[in-house]
Amino acid sequence: MIRKKLASFIRKDGVQTLLASLLCVLGGLLIGFAVLLIIEPNGAFEAITVILKNFFKFSSSRSQLKYLGQTLVRTAPLLMCALSVLFAYKVGMFNIGAAGQYVAGACAALFFALYFKAPWWVCVLAAMAAGALLGAASGALKTFCNVNVVISGIMLNWIMLYITNMVLSTDGVKNPMSPYTIQVRGNNTQGLLPQMGIQTLFSNEKSVTIAIPLAIIMAVVVWVVLNKTRFGYELKATGYNFHAAKYSGMKERRNIILTMAISGALAGMGAALLYLTGIEEWETTISSVPAMGFSGIAVAFLGGLSPIGSILAAFFIQHITLGGSYVDTTYYCAQISSLISSLIIFLCAFVGFFRYVMQSRIGKKDEAAQAKLQAEKGGSVT
Amino acid sequence: MILLLQYTLLFASVLMLVALGGCFSERSGVINIGLEGIMVVGALGGALVMKFLPLEMGGAPVMILATLVASAAAGMLFSLLLAVAAIHFKADQTITGTAMNMLATAAATVAVKAMNTAASGGNDVSSDIIYTRARNTFIVRFGNFEFNWFMLVALIALVVSYVVLYKMRFGLRLRACGEHPQAADSVGINVYKMRYAGVLISGLLGGIGGIVYITAGVSSWKFENGVAGFGFLALAVMIFGQWKPIRIALAALLFGFFRALGNVYTGFDLLKNLNLPSQVYNMLPYIISLLVLALTSKNSLAPKAEGIPYDKGSR
Repeated sequence: MIRKKLASFIRKDGVQTLLASLLCVLGGLLIGFAVLLIIEPNGAFEAITVILKNFFKFSSSRSQLKYLGQTLVRTAPLLMCALSVLFAYKVGMFNIGAAGQYVAGACAALFFALYFKAPWWVCVLAAMAAGALLGAASGALKTFCNVNVVISGIMLNWIMLYITNMVLSTDGVKNPMSPYTIQVRGNNTQGLLPQMGIQTLFSNEKSVTIAIPLAIIMAVVVWVVLNKTRFGYELKATGYNFHAAKYSGMKERRNIILTMAISGALAGMGAALLYLTGIEEWETTISSVPAMGFSGIAVAFLGGLSPIGSILAAFFIQHITLGGSYVDTTYYCAQISSLISSLIIFLCAFVGFFRYVMQSRIGKKDEAAQAKLQAEKGGSVT
Repeated sequence: MILLLQYTLLFASVLMLVALGGCFSERSGVINIGLEGIMVVGALGGALVMKFLPLEMGGAPVMILATLVASAAAGMLFSLLLAVAAIHFKADQTITGTAMNMLATAAATVAVKAMNTAASGGNDVSSDIIYTRARNTFIVRFGNFEFNWFMLVALIALVVSYVVLYKMRFGLRLRACGEHPQAADSVGINVYKMRYAGVLISGLLGGIGGIVYITAGVSSWKFENGVAGFGFLALAVMIFGQWKPIRIALAALLFGFFRALGNVYTGFDLLKNLNLPSQVYNMLPYIISLLVLALTSKNSLAPKAEGIPYDKGSR
C-alpha cells in the first residue's frame, strides 16, 4: 500500500521536478566540495559548511535575524530576475537580456531617486519602464528583423552597462570622491522603499523594506497570469507554435514584444527593489554586467520554471552566494559560490534527461505490473 | 594610424578564429553560445604556459607553439561539456552554453586566485596572471608596426576552414548534419560523431581565440573579467558572415575595426576633439553589431537543424 502511494507520488510532475532540482543542487555542491579539496584539503569541510550556513554562523539570534534580513533583501531582486527569465521562457524565448534590463532598471531608479528626488513609487515605475523598453527592443528586433533574442540580449546588456555608467556619472548623482553613486538614504529619504514595520522582525535591519513581500506578490501574480488567464494562455500558445497562434487569430507579433516588455519590466523592478533599499550603491566604473540577471537564469531553472519554486531557489542561491563571502580567504575565494551556482545551472540542463530516466523507469515497472496481472488472469502473455 | 591597423588586424584575428569555431559547431547542428566560456578557458590554458614555461627552453618558436597547443587543448576539453550534454543527453543547448560561460569565468577566477594565494602565502588574492616576457616573443617589429604571429595563425585557420568545409568530404558531411541529420544518417554518416567533431573544432578555435584576445594589447589579464562579451561579438560576426568563412573574415575585419577604435581613438585629433566619453567607444562594437544584425538577419542562411538534438528515432 505504502509502495503504491510512493509510486503515485513519484509520478507527479511537481515531485519529479523537485527531485531533479535537488539532484542538481547536490551535484553542484559535491563538485564544489571537490574543488575546495583540491585547493586545500584541510579547510575544505569547514569552508563548505560556512557556505551552507551563511547567517547561521553568527551565534546570537539577533545577528542571525539581521543577516537573514540582508539575505532576503538580496533575494528579492534575484527572484524578480528569475521571474523575468521564466516568464519569457514560458513563451519560448531565452531572455539572457534580463541582466541588461536589470541594469536599465538600476539606472532609471537611481537617476529618478537622486537627480529628480522622486518618491519611491515613481522610481520603481521608472525602473520598470526602462526595463520594459529594453525588453521590448529585443522583442521587436526578433519579430521585425529576425534577430535571435539571445544575441540581441547580450549586445543590449553591454550597451546598457555603458549607458548606465555614463548616466549615473552625472553631477549630483555620482559621489565626487568615489566611483559610486551618492547614497539614497542620506539624500532622498522619500526615494527609499517604505519599511512598514517589517524591519522589526529582523532586528531592525535598516535595509529590510516592503521589497521582500512585493517580490513574493509578483511571483504569485506571474503564476496567476501564466496559468489562470486567457492572456497568459495566448502568450504561451504563441511560444509553442508561432504559426498556429497566428492562424487562430492571435496577434503573434504583439504577443512576442509584449512578453519581452513584461519580462524586462520584471527585471527592471528587481533592480529598483535592491537599489532603493539603500543596501548598496552603483559603481560607475564597473566593466562587467552585474551577475544578478545571470543568476536569475540559474534560479529560474533550479526552481523548475515555476514562480513558486523560484522563491525557494532564489533564497537558496542567494544564501550560498553570501555564504561564500565568509570563507577563509587565506586559502579560498568568494567566487567558489558562483562556481557552485554555475555548476547547478549546467546540471539543470540535464533535468529533461533525469526526468526521462525517471519516467522510463516508472513506465517499465508499469509494463511489468500489467504483464503480471495478465498472467494472473490466466491468459498466457505472448 | 599604424596602431589602428595593428589593433584592427589583431581583434579581427580573434573574432575570425572564434567565429570560425562557432561556424563549425553550428554547421554540424549544435548552437554554441558557450564560445565566450571556451575563450576564457583557452586563455587560461595559454596564459599558464606563458607564465610557467621558461623562455630559455627553445625560445620563441617553442613558446608560441606550446601556448597555442595549451589554449587549443583547454578549449577543446571545455567544449566537451557542451558536446556531451547536447549530443548525448539532448540537453537544451542554450542553457548549457549559458552555464558554460558562467562556469568558465567562475572556475578560472577560483583557479587563478587559488594559485596566486598559494604562491604568495595569502598576500596576493588577485585573479591576475602576468606574462610580459612570453608575450614579447609573439611580436615581430616592422618599424612602428608590431606584427603578431597570431595574425598568421588566424589567416591559416581561415584558409584551412574554407578548404575543409567546401573542398573535403568531411566538410560536406558536417554540413549535411546541420541541414538534415536524418538524411545524412540514412546514407551512413554518423551524425553523433560529426557533431562531436564540430563542437571540438569550435573548442580548438575558440581556445586559440581566447589567448590571442588576452595577449592583444596587455601584458597581464584579470580573469575575474572573463573576456567581456567578445565570444558573443564573434557569434554576431558569424551570423553577419552567414556561416561562410570568407564572409566571416570580412565581417571580422569590420567589427575588429570598431573594437580597435575604442583602444586608439585618443591618437586621432578629429575623434579626440569630439570629446565623447570613452564609454561611447566601448559601446560602439556592440551597437554596430546590433544594427548590422537587424539589417541582415531577415534572410538568414542558418543551418536548418541547428539547436535541435538529433534523435535517431524521429523522422
